[in-house]
Amino acid sequence: MPKLVFLATDIVLYLLLAAMAFYAWHALRTPTLRQAWRAVASDSAAMSAAVVLGAFLLVAVLDSFHYRPRLPAAPGVAAGAPVAYSTQTLSVLDALLAGPREAREKTYSVPLGTHQYSKESMLVGGKMIRDFPRLQFGGPHLKDTGRDWIGDLVRRSAAGLAGGALAAATLWLAVAALRARGTGVGIRESLRAIRHKTTYIPWRAMLLTAAALALFVGWVAALWPWYHVFGTDQTGNDILFQAIKSVRTALVIGSLATLATLPFAIVFGILAGYYKGRVDDVIQYIYTVLSSIPSVLLIAAFVLMIQVFIDKNPQMFETGVERADVRLFLLSAILGITGWASLARLLRAETLKLTELEYVQAARAFGVSDAGIMRRHILPNVMHVVLIVAVLDFSGLVLYEAVLSYVGVGVDPSTNSFGTMINSARTELARDPLVWWNLLAAFAFMVTLVLAVQLFASAVREAFDPRSRAFRPHRAKPAAGRARGAVTEAP
Amino acid sequence: MLRIENLTTDLDSDSGLVRAVDALSLTIERGETFALVGESGCGKSMAALSILRLLPDSGRVSAGSVHVDGIDITQLPEARMRDIRGRRVSIIFQEPSTSLNPVMTVGRQITEVIERHTALRGPAAVEKAVDWLRRVGIAEPERRINDYPFQMSGGQKQRVMIAIALAADPDIVIADEPTTALDVTIQAQILELLVKLQASQQMAMLLITHDLAIVAQVAQRVAMMYAGQIVEVAEAKEFFARPSHPYAVNLFEALPDTSKRGRRLASIPGSVPTLNQQFTGCRFAERCGNVTDRCRSAPPPLVEYRPGHAVRCVLYQGVTPAEAVERVSNKDAALPPSSATGDTVLEVRDYRVWFPIRKGLFKRTVGHVKAVDGVSFTLAAGRTLALVGESGSGKTTVGKAVLQLLRNTARISGSARLAGVPLETMHGEALRCARRTAQIVFQDPFASLDPRMRVREILEEGVASLRPDVAPGERAERVVALLERVGMRSDVLTRYPHEFSGGQRQRLAIARALAVEPKLIVADEPTSALDVSVQAQILNLLQQLQYELAVAYLFITHNFGVVEYLAHEIAVMKEGRLVETGSAEQILNRPQHEYTRTLLAAVPRLSRA
Repeated sequence: MPKLVFLATDIVLYLLLAAMAFYAWHALRTPTLRQAWRAVASDSAAMSAAVVLGAFLLVAVLDSFHYRPRLPAAPGVAAGAPVAYSTQTLSVLDALLAGPREAREKTYSVPLGTHQYSKESMLVGGKMIRDFPRLQFGGPHLKDTGRDWIGDLVRRSAAGLAGGALAAATLWLAVAALRARGTGVGIRESLRAIRHKTTYIPWRAMLLTAAALALFVGWVAALWPWYHVFGTDQTGNDILFQAIKSVRTALVIGSLATLATLPFAIVFGILAGYYKGRVDDVIQYIYTVLSSIPSVLLIAAFVLMIQVFIDKNPQMFETGVERADVRLFLLSAILGITGWASLARLLRAETLKLTELEYVQAARAFGVSDAGIMRRHILPNVMHVVLIVAVLDFSGLVLYEAVLSYVGVGVDPSTNSFGTMINSARTELARDPLVWWNLLAAFAFMVTLVLAVQLFASAVREAFDPRSRAFRPHRAKPAAGRARGAVTEAP
Repeated sequence: MLRIENLTTDLDSDSGLVRAVDALSLTIERGETFALVGESGCGKSMAALSILRLLPDSGRVSAGSVHVDGIDITQLPEARMRDIRGRRVSIIFQEPSTSLNPVMTVGRQITEVIERHTALRGPAAVEKAVDWLRRVGIAEPERRINDYPFQMSGGQKQRVMIAIALAADPDIVIADEPTTALDVTIQAQILELLVKLQASQQMAMLLITHDLAIVAQVAQRVAMMYAGQIVEVAEAKEFFARPSHPYAVNLFEALPDTSKRGRRLASIPGSVPTLNQQFTGCRFAERCGNVTDRCRSAPPPLVEYRPGHAVRCVLYQGVTPAEAVERVSNKDAALPPSSATGDTVLEVRDYRVWFPIRKGLFKRTVGHVKAVDGVSFTLAAGRTLALVGESGSGKTTVGKAVLQLLRNTARISGSARLAGVPLETMHGEALRCARRTAQIVFQDPFASLDPRMRVREILEEGVASLRPDVAPGERAERVVALLERVGMRSDVLTRYPHEFSGGQRQRLAIARALAVEPKLIVADEPTSALDVSVQAQILNLLQQLQYELAVAYLFITHNFGVVEYLAHEIAVMKEGRLVETGSAEQILNRPQHEYTRTLLAAVPRLSRA
């Protein structure tokens, strides 16, 4: 039985998932919320993004169950002796990807390569020569790499893609069958509806996204045991594995930091807008001062303080992962504490507007206490702003982490993150011949994640913010009996 | 001059395709004023925007033609259409504060039109602009031409808007509710100006309004719209003497005025049907008292039953007109006698509400805006005191201050005794008790109910807060009884405010105020956001509640029809002071103060034959 480890960010992530589940349940029961989310669910870009986000989320969740494996009893130890655990904290994802994680080369190798990227002195047949050595885990099964490599690659890719296609087809059929059962039409009818985009939820777009995802995963799964699909980095670690591990870091930073801004922003924003006068002045001074300090400076100062604390109290952390996690957790908190000003400003303005509304005045005439008015009448009516800003800020924070890690005040160097990967690219792009795959992998993963979040966020904003809807001209459907061009000219 | 045929406008909305204007046909001659009247949502403004092709992106003209001097402007390319707008057909919008560009001087905004449409340039255009400012009655036009819109009053802004609309000498001007946002005295001046300019320019004017009294004053011909269609067209004299469509007849009955005091207004039940449907019968059938099977079987055509008088109603197809008119009239019984006791509910003495003006780093008070400056009146149980005055006269401030809603924002002096208890000195628990006796109903039924709360929560909130002694079970019963009282079914309890129409929301707002059994209700323009037919429903309800429960109303309004119909006493406010107080009869018939007389003279009236 391994020893379960609950890192601080794990627990917050679990709580966050629970909160999301609760919100989903609440939204289903509330007609206004359900309607808004239905609008999100009908947006094909948003729902395709949701599929991608779901995949990322799955990776992050698998990477958030941590444990320390039990070590085999050393020879000569008595049976009743305390069990020894590894000093390495692993996650479920680590266990699933044990192969690539442990497949460590000496240094750089190109994606899908069989030889190292730099020459080494080797003893071949008693003679000292300088050549590119074979990789330990990059195509070790190939006898003659020059002859077999391409054939092997094509064969395995084809098998992987076929597997992926099979999975996608199964998924497609499963969705059609479930839909057919839900709506009471035949499965053939259901398939046709999906293909012709007549379903309310854009199943076709979602399934196409899922199919693309399945093909990619199938391809990777077929090649990964035999090759480093995205190459290796300076110390010989698999790049794809690092990129996948970075997903959790990005999601944790994005969601935790957003979450950390909320209490400050909501409390200060509403208080300032509700009480106006002195309270407003004080809160405004605070956030004006806060936002006039360059945030990188502020964060650097905080992070250095944390690092000193961690270094002075090594006894508090049993393993390296725990140390790194505390830094990650506190970094998110700092991002939250320094980043609430803009949301607070928005909420203040919204509250100022709401307090003038008549239902708030009616509540006052009923003698409802200030706290009651803020809780019952103001908070629910500004929540759409909070939701919109939270989703929009999320991607900004993911990008910000990369900036901070690049500057060197981000996550712990041992934590995988897009920022640390990009940071290493600084030297890699300067060497000759240059190493491009590390940066590319980080870039591709990060862009996919941020783009998915942004697409989803814009749909959320459109559904919840009535003003943004007015800006999107949605054209009238052509009415019968009259030609199109005759009635509307180019705008 | 302007000939509209079969104009049909569709809007794409969340609830499907809405046919906002359905087969509208009308002609306007040079020098004629044609009024398009109807309640909100009947399509009159959409018709105006369709004529100018200024529809929102979601709308389009799907059929019909608009001929200006024989040219069908629906077929013109957009570039040529720009020559039409302002030069041939011009429009005056409702809200002068938003239809002028705040960062351009008014002169620049007028010369923009002149330079676009005429050969005048530079000083000549400016000279023309000055001339127009003079003609719309702005004093010292040479100086004011360099003013920005914020330096002008609402009435002046509307004058500038008129100058912009007329600057290029258009043949047709569309006035879309040109005076709705203005005070009654300003409204009279603007109407007078429009009529004068129209006569001197020999323009055709399409006046779009919801106010029948304005129509009676200025229009030569009238078309009444209902649910996207014209239901009645006639010469103005004929229309006011002999309204024929059941809707028109009922609307006149629903208008409050002196002659209907003590009687119920004939309210039109129900509300306007949504326009996202295909109609198979008459659109008014659901609300009509004369409905027959024929009404539901086929949409009635617009039939000219007398020369120049067309009606869209089956009653006028083959029946002699006199009989028809008689049949649609529906007059309700008199109201029951009041149960008023005559005790004083509210006594206000020398009341002053001053808003501090704060400046500088430490927000020191450097002066005061004297919103209310020495107001005294008394109000007895079961009576209605109408507080009338123009916008900015402080009448709403009085209402809010009496309810102690302005404690934190303003300096209040003087005394307001609610049922004999002085309010200013009370705090905490005592103030909560006092709040039970006074409640408020607001103007805008869309802003006065929390959109995130269910009807049950809305109605229970007051009881829970002010009557913690009432047990939850009893509270629920009380809420059901309240709904019945305001004429709504108890199955609405689990619904949200956005599911209700304006009139229904106002009923809910009234129910909410009644929940704590107050002796005084401050009604702050409770019907000004409602259409006439719905206004009648709410006024009837308010009167009935007064008779049953002996509540006193402090009725804040600028609508003199409502005042004449409802008020027992009237207090006229101007610039924070009361200029005249007295019984309704006395103020309306024998006004003493100069200002009251001006106000009364400015009110547009229906002079029905």
